[in-house]
Amino acid sequence: MIMLTGTWRLKVGFSEMLKGGVIMDVTTPEQAKIAEEAGAVAVMALERVPADIRKEGGVARMADPEIILRIMDAVSIPVMAKVRIGHFAEAQILEELGVDFIDESEVLTPADEENHIDKHQFKVPFVCGARNLGEALRRIAEGAALIRTKGEAGTGNIVEAVRHMRRINKEIADLTVKRPEELYAEAKKLQAPYELVKWVAEHGKLPVPNFAAGGIATPADAALMMQLGAESVFVGSGIFKSEDPAKRARAIVEAVAYYDNPSVLARVSRGLGEPMKGIDVSKLAEDELLQNRGW
Amino acid sequence: MDKPKIGIFAIQGDFEKHYEVFDGLGAEVFYVKLPEEFEGIDGLVLPGGESPTMSRLINTYGLREAFEGLKKRDIPVFGTCAGAILLAKNVIDAPENFSLGMMDITIARNAYGRQRESFESEIEINWNGKQKKITGVFIRAPKIVELSDGVEVIGKLENGDPVLVRQGNLLASTFHPELTDDFTVPEIFMEIVEAFKEKG
Repeated sequence: MIMLTGTWRLKVGFSEMLKGGVIMDVTTPEQAKIAEEAGAVAVMALERVPADIRKEGGVARMADPEIILRIMDAVSIPVMAKVRIGHFAEAQILEELGVDFIDESEVLTPADEENHIDKHQFKVPFVCGARNLGEALRRIAEGAALIRTKGEAGTGNIVEAVRHMRRINKEIADLTVKRPEELYAEAKKLQAPYELVKWVAEHGKLPVPNFAAGGIATPADAALMMQLGAESVFVGSGIFKSEDPAKRARAIVEAVAYYDNPSVLARVSRGLGEPMKGIDVSKLAEDELLQNRGW
Repeated sequence: MDKPKIGIFAIQGDFEKHYEVFDGLGAEVFYVKLPEEFEGIDGLVLPGGESPTMSRLINTYGLREAFEGLKKRDIPVFGTCAGAILLAKNVIDAPENFSLGMMDITIARNAYGRQRESFESEIEINWNGKQKKITGVFIRAPKIVELSDGVEVIGKLENGDPVLVRQGNLLASTFHPELTDDFTVPEIFMEIVEAFKEKG
């Protein structure tokens, strides 16, 4: 029987399956089980959540494979894990472990300041962060099968994710009204391949799904991002840095499924306990911003 | 005859792809998320996605009763991948009340492996005496491991695994026809829906 694996259709198709869902950061098998029971569509296996990475400083790397394998054993839903930007050896390790999705993430310390990973070389799909359309299309050209906003991870502050989602949507809308001969100059401005720019201009959307990440802490945050056009949300520190993670996790899952239904949103937002503390992003110095990593 | 009204169950998964397919086939298509939205549909599609997520929301939002209502009226339902899991009577290693138990099949989740092992392969379709080969897209796919006598195998892999089955007005595929440009499988569902509509 001839079986093709690792095709572009299998990668983007898998991203499609995650739509309308919540991907939750977890650091232990117990947290992974809480996430699965709450209705997460996938978990992101980590050693530390972004809020702790921010607090503790130092070099943030791929998680210990031992932790990732224990989390893979604990749940039946897909397991994602992060690698440093450009660190293709970490990605090879994750693929070997059988991780379902790899996040080439600005939350970890970059390993290469010029090149991202050539993601076409892998059978496992990749997700990458973006602040704008040019960045999103460069990542897709490199083989990313899913884009997420960068936002500002570990802050519990939605402002940057909103900025990035609105910017990407506006840049897409702007392309759709360009004349064909203008698209060459647009490709140059966006620093993205012409073929992808042309595709976006014709279809009015990215060629892969577009999710939200970076600063989502409440069901309302999740619903806001969905209404702004996100197709799913990643929640990092927002769940397990809150007072009642299981309850908050369930509430965010319901808020994403029923993002356009204020009566559901009002009900699930009640009595969740303290959210994560959060950081005012404007108080962070330029070199403390994770979103500036990657190019 | 009016256009058939196809509801796409849209609490999670690749519901948009199914919308595009059935819209392209000339159905009146809409998304269904709450029990009251099940009224008046001629057929329902359960998309691919994560079955634990869908199962939890089905149980929380009173949707189990809505599905029982569909079953009572014999409304056609088409489940792909996670949707096929939800249709199954038995899901191996699943907790109680996980699936909807509408179809007499036993299914194993993620039976072909993780995403790395997801694959495309040829499927042989046998429908109304006509045979055809199509490409099947299998993503962390489940496997139908047992089926009762009333369940008809319409599509199988070269190794014999049943991947498209029918029981009365229920249709289940362990692969994703909505991810290809071939409309063979959704057309089979449309035939089932139209026959059901004609009967009134």
